[in-house]
Amino acid sequence: MAAEESYPDDLKYHREHDWARVEGDTATLGITWYAQDALGEIVHYEPPEAGGSVARDESYGEVESVKAVSDLISPLSGEVVEVNGTVTDAPETVNDDPYGDGWLVKIRLTDPAEVDDLLDAEAYRQLLEEQ
Amino acid sequence: MQTLRRTPLYERHAALGARLVPFAGWEMPVQYTSIVDEHKAVRKSAGVFDVSHMGQLSLAGAGAHEYLQARLSNDLDRIGDGQAQYTLLTNERGGITDDLIAYRRGEDDYLLVVNAANVDPDHAALDEAEDVSPEWALLAVQGPESLERIGVEIEPFTFRTGDVLGTSCLIAGTGYTGERGCELGCAPDDAPALWDAILERGVVPCGLGARDTLRLEVCYPLHGNDISPDRTPIEAGLGWACALGKDFTGVDVLRRQKEEGPAEKLVAFVMDEKAIPRQGMAIAEGGEVTSGSLSPMLGIGIGMAYVPTRLFEPETRLSIDVRGRPKHAHVVRKPIYKREDS
Repeated sequence: MAAEESYPDDLKYHREHDWARVEGDTATLGITWYAQDALGEIVHYEPPEAGGSVARDESYGEVESVKAVSDLISPLSGEVVEVNGTVTDAPETVNDDPYGDGWLVKIRLTDPAEVDDLLDAEAYRQLLEEQ
Repeated sequence: MQTLRRTPLYERHAALGARLVPFAGWEMPVQYTSIVDEHKAVRKSAGVFDVSHMGQLSLAGAGAHEYLQARLSNDLDRIGDGQAQYTLLTNERGGITDDLIAYRRGEDDYLLVVNAANVDPDHAALDEAEDVSPEWALLAVQGPESLERIGVEIEPFTFRTGDVLGTSCLIAGTGYTGERGCELGCAPDDAPALWDAILERGVVPCGLGARDTLRLEVCYPLHGNDISPDRTPIEAGLGWACALGKDFTGVDVLRRQKEEGPAEKLVAFVMDEKAIPRQGMAIAEGGEVTSGSLSPMLGIGIGMAYVPTRLFEPETRLSIDVRGRPKHAHVVRKPIYKREDS
């Protein structure tokens, strides 16, 4: 079942419709409800390799619907410590639970100060309204 | 900017919350809920597609049969009145201007249903035909339960006029999904009532996204992807729809190519690892993907591609360049998906 539209207040957002849940020096990344809805049913997740590095504002992987491919843009820089195998095996988990079981990757931050540049939920909702 | 055209069912699609996208100059529903769910509805029960964007050319009067015989690849003498035939409109180079269905209403009376994007080139090549597209709305009702759901009995590749759920229709045993079913042609004003009556019978509204994945699973070519004015029926594996014993536009090229064997051929393939092939992707061993998708029924990436002769055979290994990552696939016999009961 598709999730209801929401943008949790405890997350940080990137304007390319990606979210980050920051806990100490690590962050969990995923795509927002808006992104999964725009893409439609997600049928493939091409993850980064664990141990590899990701750079802020750059692609770290891809998700695909039947019709389209979408780059995953990292909101923060870091090193990949875990890839969500649940989503690799069952990509539709991203549609079902974009902020929970549908997380995509966990990273160890290399520049925690970048967090300050991200949008909070209120600013992200504002961004969506302007689109 | 060109204004997109809308079918008589546009309001219905919008009310159902369809995702509407531009397609061949029309604003068409790509999906209502999920391409995968709509696809499975057609494979397992019944779905309905608005295909009113498709074009209709009519040719009636003395000489119509002879005129079309000289321009269409298949042999119209193989069908009788009330029968339909898949055929190709070819150019002087043997390339495919369009693929279409010819409906033989009488000895010299034909209706041609053509791709929306090709109405103009088709009409240019068949200049004596009349473009009657605005007179028709067209619904495709497809799936193993489709005919029973709407109370229609029709044999494949036959057609007749009749009443369907209160609407006067041209009922044809055709479609492009690989399933049983029919296509219903009616007056545009009658289309919304017919659509509503079909949905009331529990038939699932399906968008063009599912139509594309359904046809790809059974390896029906899509004009603009797998076939084009630069590809011949021999290359595309459509020699069966070409009567090379008769004369039609480009037949010399096709006869020669059939005898010599084409340098490239359209093959079907299945991915061996998780990846979705897409149109335009290069194949390391040679050739290019013309259609690709996830197969909703098989749960893996599938596609079609033109490849050089040495790669024709089933089980041949291919390496598809998926945005810089080589992903393994192998050639399979068509169709990629076979119904369990077939």
